[in-house]
Amino acid sequence: MTALIDVQNLTLKFRTDEGLITAVDDVSFTINRGEVMGLVGESGSGKSVTAKALMHLNAKNAVYTPESKVLLHTDAGTVDVLKLRTAKELKVARGGAISMIFQEPMASFAPAITIGSQMVEQLLIHSDMNKARAKEISIEMLDRVGISDPAKRFDQYAFELSGGMRQRAMIAMALSTKPSLLIADEPTTALDVTIQAQVIDLMKDLVAEFHMGIIFITHDLGVIAQTADKVSVMYLGKIIEQGPVREVIRHAKHPYTQGLLAALPKLDDLDAPLTPVAGDIPSPLERPPGCVFHTRCPQIIGDVCKTKLPVDAQVDASHSVACHLYAEGAKV
Amino acid sequence: MSEKPIISARGLSVGFKIGSGLFNKTILKAVDNVSLDIKRGSFFGLVGESGSGKTTLGRAFLKAVPITGGHAAYNDDEVSYDLGTLTGPELKDFRTRAQLIFQDPYAALSPRMTVRDIIAEPLEVMGLTKTREETDARVREIAAKCRLNLEHLRRFPHAFSGGQRQRISIARALVSRPNFIVADESVAALDVSIQADVLNLLKEIQREMGLTFLFISHDLSVVAHTCDHLAVMYLGRLVETAPTRTLFKAPRHPYTKALFSAIPSLDPDDRKGGQRLIGEIPSPTNQPPGCKFHTRCPVVIDRCRIEEPKMEDPGDGHAVSCHRWKELLAMPAG
Ligand SMILES: Nc1ncnc2c1ncn2[C@@H]1O[C@H](COP(=O)(O)OP(=O)(O)OP(=O)(O)O)[C@@H](O)[C@H]1O
Ligand SMILES: Nc1ncnc2c1ncn2[C@@H]1O[C@H](COP(=O)(O)OP(=O)(O)O)[C@@H](O)[C@H]1O
Ligand code: SF4
Ligand code: SF4
Ligand SMILES: [Mg+2]
Ligand SMILES: [Mg+2]
Repeated sequence: MTALIDVQNLTLKFRTDEGLITAVDDVSFTINRGEVMGLVGESGSGKSVTAKALMHLNAKNAVYTPESKVLLHTDAGTVDVLKLRTAKELKVARGGAISMIFQEPMASFAPAITIGSQMVEQLLIHSDMNKARAKEISIEMLDRVGISDPAKRFDQYAFELSGGMRQRAMIAMALSTKPSLLIADEPTTALDVTIQAQVIDLMKDLVAEFHMGIIFITHDLGVIAQTADKVSVMYLGKIIEQGPVREVIRHAKHPYTQGLLAALPKLDDLDAPLTPVAGDIPSPLERPPGCVFHTRCPQIIGDVCKTKLPVDAQVDASHSVACHLYAEGAKV
Repeated sequence: MSEKPIISARGLSVGFKIGSGLFNKTILKAVDNVSLDIKRGSFFGLVGESGSGKTTLGRAFLKAVPITGGHAAYNDDEVSYDLGTLTGPELKDFRTRAQLIFQDPYAALSPRMTVRDIIAEPLEVMGLTKTREETDARVREIAAKCRLNLEHLRRFPHAFSGGQRQRISIARALVSRPNFIVADESVAALDVSIQADVLNLLKEIQREMGLTFLFISHDLSVVAHTCDHLAVMYLGRLVETAPTRTLFKAPRHPYTKALFSAIPSLDPDDRKGGQRLIGEIPSPTNQPPGCKFHTRCPVVIDRCRIEEPKMEDPGDGHAVSCHRWKELLAMPAG
């Protein structure tokens, strides 16, 4: 497998009036060509901030530690995205090799410019084709994502489209430059299940067709089960468990992952009680020492959890969990 | 649950005038000819795609939008009100009996009020308590039921997590001791854990206080777990109603079946795909003739394009509005 992107020891803090907020804490993962990685976690766990780091797109008050690396591999060689400075250098990570789609499609379309002009502009920035060819490709792409009458839609504004159609148009725009990595941040959260199912099918087809990598961010484990090859679970800025999707969903090891699964209403057992993860997620200003989950963990072992940061333990070659229960020497 | 309905609607319609100018006004029928009973003590779920009219129907039951056709009535042990004609002191009284829970607490809570004041506000506006002591006692009682402590009451809402803000909204809706609650979860983006916590709390309160809930949701697995009865809406119409288990076990309407098959399975090996519902819900200002669902129905026949089906209840409490539902019973599920 060819690695598209290697994220190594990514740590990201935000300078705020109340002090430094740690939003991402020592996160590492790799995405290969043709692979879909799901990123799950509660709201505020750091999913969007992690995704934006891959494009060096976080707010100005973001501070990365010197150890943080985002290594993007392209045909032209490998670059550390976090070292790129000028708009010209950053082109490769923003719409070139990497494209992003957002939860709220209105955010990625300028309200006063037609969908078509925006798509054409994107293409002109990222390639040396002429305008006529860019228009042709844009219409082809709109057609490809299942938008009927694409030539007409090309001349419409985002607000004139329905929610599902807008989401498709955004996917079309993100894919028109043929990125090798697509970041999809909650692309279906605001959609009805029926339209969500259509968008999920579309994204699966596109992975197969373009053989790209995808990061699929969502808080819906059902959507992960339907789309991802592997999954990383985030809590308070840390990846606490990662592995193949079947392994993590069927044999979750981390008490937090187990808690998320138990909280889900399941259709095959309507009598099963819904069991929330006890307690509330701590404020990022008050990150617990030791294991970040210890304030809510039902399986807490004792002082070791409150004081010592758990390191990744390998459940098997591809499945790892950061929890003292699985530390070397501990009984599994 | 009692057999007596707290809410009954007969041929209920809600239309909005849209467009400006004298001659290009159109009527948008957001709710069209809905007949429905919500029994006392029920946890009644309303599902359907965005724009199907769920919020509007819920608001009609709270007399928060004008009823433009048909009837809706509210009945409890003490009063009977016709919601179409209700005015004056009776309307004021009705407002204490029926309440809305905003499920978008970020938008609903004023940042400059303490939690105590937020919860107390309805009591003061409605003049339900006479002294500050009485108000405080009511606020404390309901806050405790919603698992908020005295310390919480002194703080401002921005200091709370999503789950806690939800509990504040619930306490505010319950403080007037209503009998009927509409919970409109228009923002379905709650984290699963918070969602489970809030659902458990609502069920607990419902049992304890004997309330009736109309629960509006996009999330079918959530309604499956919380509601005893379900109604499915499409383009302003009711297309199917039944007890929850019956509906999930044996849906009769092609739309309900399509909704169920779109729920993403938690089993990574069950990636069905294929038989998806195509297209989107039509605009309510440009409704198709005949059966409203015919433009997307996988089993449409010519008759559907001309003749609108009527709601039929074959006597088992499982009503459906489709020309072909009986025929489809004999066909394999799909
Ligand atoms: N005040 C209003 N004026 C005009 N049209 C309205 C008004 N309120 C609602 N509508 C329209 O009525 C239809 C039904 O809307 P409603 O909000 O009841 O849908 P819903 O089922 O609650 O959708 P969602 O799941 O997105 O909340 C929509 O087409 C909506 O745009
Ligand atoms: N520009 C910023 N300044 C300060 N804090 C921020 C900024 N952007 C994000 N955060 C904080 O970083 C944390 C992670 O946020 P985010 O990645 O958006 O979470 P998620 O996408 O998982 O819901 C949150 O605590 C959020 O408030
Ligand atoms: S390290 Fe301790 S507190 Fe953290 S998840 Fe494991 S058992 Fe729970
Ligand atoms: S009446 Fe016809 S179009 Fe409507 S749901 Fe039934 S089969 Fe489909
Ligand atoms: Mg986010
Ligand atoms: Mg609504």
